[in-house]
Amino acid sequence: MYIAHPPFKPRYILGLESSCDETSVAILADGERVLANLISSQIPLHSRYGGVVPEVACRAHLEVLNPLLAEALERAQIGFHDLEAVAVTCGPGLVGAVLLGVAVAKTLAGTLDIPLIGVNHMEGHLFSALLEDRCLPLPLLCLLVSGGHTLLCLVERWGEYRVLGSTRDDAAGEAFDKVSKALGLGYPGGPKIQELAQKGDPQAVRFSRPMLNEGFDFSFSGLKTAVLLHLQSPQRVSDPDLCASFQEAVVDVLATKALRAARQFGVKSLALAGGVAANKALRQRLAAGAQRLNLPFVCPQLDLCTDNAVMIAKAGWELASRGWVSPLTLDAKPNLELARSPEAGA
Amino acid sequence: MSEPTPQDQPQLELAPSARSWSVLTSSPQETEAWGGRLAPLLEAGDVLAFRGDLGAGKTTLVRGLARALGAKESVSSPTFVLMHIYEGRLPLYHFDAYRLHDSSDLYNIGAEEYIGTEGIACLEWSERVESLLPPQTLYLELSYLSPQEPQGRRLTFSGPSARAQALIEELRHDP
Repeated sequence: MYIAHPPFKPRYILGLESSCDETSVAILADGERVLANLISSQIPLHSRYGGVVPEVACRAHLEVLNPLLAEALERAQIGFHDLEAVAVTCGPGLVGAVLLGVAVAKTLAGTLDIPLIGVNHMEGHLFSALLEDRCLPLPLLCLLVSGGHTLLCLVERWGEYRVLGSTRDDAAGEAFDKVSKALGLGYPGGPKIQELAQKGDPQAVRFSRPMLNEGFDFSFSGLKTAVLLHLQSPQRVSDPDLCASFQEAVVDVLATKALRAARQFGVKSLALAGGVAANKALRQRLAAGAQRLNLPFVCPQLDLCTDNAVMIAKAGWELASRGWVSPLTLDAKPNLELARSPEAGA
Repeated sequence: MSEPTPQDQPQLELAPSARSWSVLTSSPQETEAWGGRLAPLLEAGDVLAFRGDLGAGKTTLVRGLARALGAKESVSSPTFVLMHIYEGRLPLYHFDAYRLHDSSDLYNIGAEEYIGTEGIACLEWSERVESLLPPQTLYLELSYLSPQEPQGRRLTFSGPSARAQALIEELRHDP
């Protein structure tokens, strides 16, 4: 996936992300200034695309990628020939969706004769936290939580990852969405549950915390089922109390395990990323825990928590600056894992 | 791209007297074990359609299947990513239509290339993508028992085709 290349710092780098629902295109200057960050579901593309982007947009990547590219260059006020590198999500994700992004990135890299950098989607989330602080001391522990993933990852050197634990069933964000739907609150569930939880008592129902003191893997399926069963019970509490109690259980498990891992592995910094990183209770709990351990703590700004291409551009920039570049034979890897062998790259 | 029309589908070979068969499980471990019992009976091209409420145990059942097929990765819910692929004795394609509206959503991610082809396809929330299910589909329905038995589930196997009926017969007589 990577070939030897002299380290370089592209002035303008293009990021492409199309691993699941969202198609996103971003342009980053000097590895830190966001010149454009377009996400298909969030901007009106009617004029260029001629239609409404569906909720599950994976089918629409093909239709929206070109208009998004044109719009991104326009917003950044640069042309194709100003781009000095292109970074693209090459996995994990839906094979068709990832393939499309990779094909577009390869075409651009080949035509413009600029380096191509394949980025692991999860690595992108990790680097999104680094837009806030580029000088975090290593080793770093990162908790990555989204609709599709929940993992604890140890970074001992940049570009090398060790996954300490992941979910055995449902991802944390998925639990939020399913509970929200069961309560009739709608999609996406994270913000809705958070809003109701603020008016509720987190101690109203004591949901069990599966595997709290056991290893670093997570399990949220049982909690989801417990909430659904509670909805049927005669002792059912109010929706705000239920949301607060559910959120408390999720946050408790995530934070307890992350902080225990931070102590056990003696890390020097802590990061939180992914869609669920937008949850205020989780941010606060981890920030407080990091403070007690005297560790610097970072998490992405709210609009960079969910899938976006800024994080891919950022990861690409950081990889390029360390001499990690991909060949034009780069392939989509739907099952790509978050790990990299130290022998490749500088 | 358009969806396949019913004419494209092979004729359904009906079993002489199609019947369903139910078992009760009392824990997620028992539900998972049924996946393990089903796995050795499966062949390339088999399609399993899972129905049941949230938390009923659909992913748990698929986990038992994947493990028994020799998949090394842990099996997690594909609700968000829509599809997982597990490599074992046969490849297992694990789909989840929970977030989808209809078959066209799944069709548009290229799912037809994986359903009824060289591996085993498992589809959760299959009722949303009924038109993508081939005739040989074995249906597995999971339901809650009573509130007094929060861990208990009824697991019902059904399917009108000769293939589904043969699988049910083998399961029934599996010691």
